[in-house]
Amino acid sequence: MSVYLDHAATTPIFDVALDAMQIALRKVGNPSSLHTEGRSTRKDVEDAREVIAKALGCLPSEVIFTGSGTEADNAAIKGLFWKSGKKVIVISSVEHHAVLDPARWLVEHEGAELIEIPVDTNGVINLDFLKELIEKRGGEIAVIAVMHSNNETGVIQPVGEVVKLAGEIPVHTDAVQSFTKSTLSYKELGVTSMALSGHKVGGPHGIGALILRRAYEIPALLHGGGQEREIRSGTLNAPSIVAFAAAVASNQYRAEEVAKLRERFEAGLAASVPDAYINGVAAERLPGIVNVTFPGTQSDSLLLLMDSENVSCSTGAACSAGVHRPSHVLLAMGHNEITAQSSLRFSLGANTTQADVDFALSVLPTVIARGRAANQK
Amino acid sequence: MKIIAAMSGGVDSAVAAARAVEAGHEVIGVHLALASNPQKYRSGARGCCTIEDSHDARRAADKIGIPFYIWDMAEEFHDGVVENFLAEYAAGRTPNPCLRCNEKIKFAAVLDRAKAMGFDGVVTGHYARTQIGPMGKTLHRAIDPLKDQSYVLAVLTTEQINGAIFPLGDTEKVDIRIEAEARGLAVAQKPDSHDICFVPSGDNAGWLRDRLGSEVGPIVDQSGKKIGEHKGAYTYTIGQRKGLGLSVAAPDGSPRFVLKIEPVTNTVVVGAREELAVSQLFGEKTIWCGPAVGAAPLRGFVQVRAHGAALDCSYYFDGERLVAALDEPLLGIANGQAMVIYDGDRVVGSATICESA
Repeated sequence: MSVYLDHAATTPIFDVALDAMQIALRKVGNPSSLHTEGRSTRKDVEDAREVIAKALGCLPSEVIFTGSGTEADNAAIKGLFWKSGKKVIVISSVEHHAVLDPARWLVEHEGAELIEIPVDTNGVINLDFLKELIEKRGGEIAVIAVMHSNNETGVIQPVGEVVKLAGEIPVHTDAVQSFTKSTLSYKELGVTSMALSGHKVGGPHGIGALILRRAYEIPALLHGGGQEREIRSGTLNAPSIVAFAAAVASNQYRAEEVAKLRERFEAGLAASVPDAYINGVAAERLPGIVNVTFPGTQSDSLLLLMDSENVSCSTGAACSAGVHRPSHVLLAMGHNEITAQSSLRFSLGANTTQADVDFALSVLPTVIARGRAANQK
Repeated sequence: MKIIAAMSGGVDSAVAAARAVEAGHEVIGVHLALASNPQKYRSGARGCCTIEDSHDARRAADKIGIPFYIWDMAEEFHDGVVENFLAEYAAGRTPNPCLRCNEKIKFAAVLDRAKAMGFDGVVTGHYARTQIGPMGKTLHRAIDPLKDQSYVLAVLTTEQINGAIFPLGDTEKVDIRIEAEARGLAVAQKPDSHDICFVPSGDNAGWLRDRLGSEVGPIVDQSGKKIGEHKGAYTYTIGQRKGLGLSVAAPDGSPRFVLKIEPVTNTVVVGAREELAVSQLFGEKTIWCGPAVGAAPLRGFVQVRAHGAALDCSYYFDGERLVAALDEPLLGIANGQAMVIYDGDRVVGSATICESA
């Protein structure tokens, strides 16, 4: 048996999405064309846009399709920064690289100043810090970015509170991990912009969405045919858009059931590896993500051993060459470099079963024993 | 057996891994990331630890059909190999970092980790052979004399040799390339790595100067008379003739060679060629690759450079040091070089030269 517990990296495409995509791939017609075929594809795209808008609690016109969640984050951070004319970017210290790196790029190339909001040991941002910062320097802040939930720990951030504190300052939230998995309403949150991704929710790769407030224009990253409110030019990826919406509409992710499996996994962990601890355990978390520190191990050894037992999980961060690096998320939560590199992420998905969880638990004791022995050397 | 294939991204380790799979082993490919700075890791031009090399290793593993991972050994490599290299030069000795890497990393850190994780050994693309006989598993020269790497493996203990697999020792390099081509490995024609992998420019002296400084010091003759100046004593090697920049000729007009490097006084001593000749080598930190040798002299060969000649000698262990008495005098021996003893083509052991006479 082989068990896939890396759904936060990517999750299998839903059958309904695959079916919808195959039909769409066989159709001809650029959604921007004016003839019959073009109008037909355009209709598919607009239907899909409405499905996503409805699921998210936003207006269809607020959905801007992009090539990925990363692109949506980049468009938001850079776009909101350029639009504002201000220099300070405020982000949480646990943001995904898709937010962190464009912010750092703006520091290096556009004279931005980056301020990170610290998190507590459970990975939740310090709202008092943000409040004080806004009181002191609110007038200088171009954008505040706080992810809806963290991709490594699943910890959910108080984005609604951030919006209240921000007042007129634009707030961006990366909701790539939260979409379809936790309560998420664009309207109720009140953020300016939000990033989504297709392949994390049972849709295909290569499709994402930037949700941006109606009539709120930002400078574009891609210029061309003027598609998507002239914020994201490029022929619309109709088959992927249609499949993305089909996955969302199918509503297959059963958060309560996934949470129960996660609880089973966590209980099993506590029983078999008593000194292991779950990062962000006291915070509100997504149903499907468990980030565990196994003291006295190195996560790259553990990953290899889990992999050879046919259980796929993740070590979190790696550089482009594949070298494991301590996670900035865990470091921000108070880990040192050693414990940060003793951690694994297991993420459950819509199709994860109790048998999967039990199998992963059954191989853990051997894997941890060997991982500890390897670390002694 | 379950084994780890150390894959550098070159042709040799790729073929070695493929052969191990064919021999029926369960093989997992591992690329060792050795550069401590990830930026350097990205931008390194050649050697064994660039991003291109890790990509080549990954693609070779894909082709062979084995799992592939990257192990970060940068800290171990820096502490065990790079620091040692600098310290040795700073002390006026001439180290061989490939030997240290085999001793500290490939067959120590990697092998130990592999064993702890439930693997039985490590396979590498070194050109050397092992044999099992009355003395147990022993280390031998490769068939291809031009590629033989037994010298840099002579730091392995019997236990380490027991955990090592060298599938290439019975083949000539030219045939390894042909085999790689036939196996569809894209690295078949990749050039051999030369130089020292952590000195990507190949400018050893410049690299040392950047790290150890370039303090000017005297070049003296054997009487102690100053006859020139140098820019950092450690950038010279024993036996070196070129690049001394001496304007004063020797009294008899003969060329002068570096005889000695004295790091404490930052002095380089030069003299005539004959002065370089030694007929006895003494080594410390002896490692036996098979049964230990006693105080009774034995006949064999000693080799003092990676691709140097095997020199006839008598050798013995005086209880503290490995001693080799050469049949013919040898020129230009530096402390810090490894002396490797052979019995025929079998590697007996090695030591770090600490004195010669």
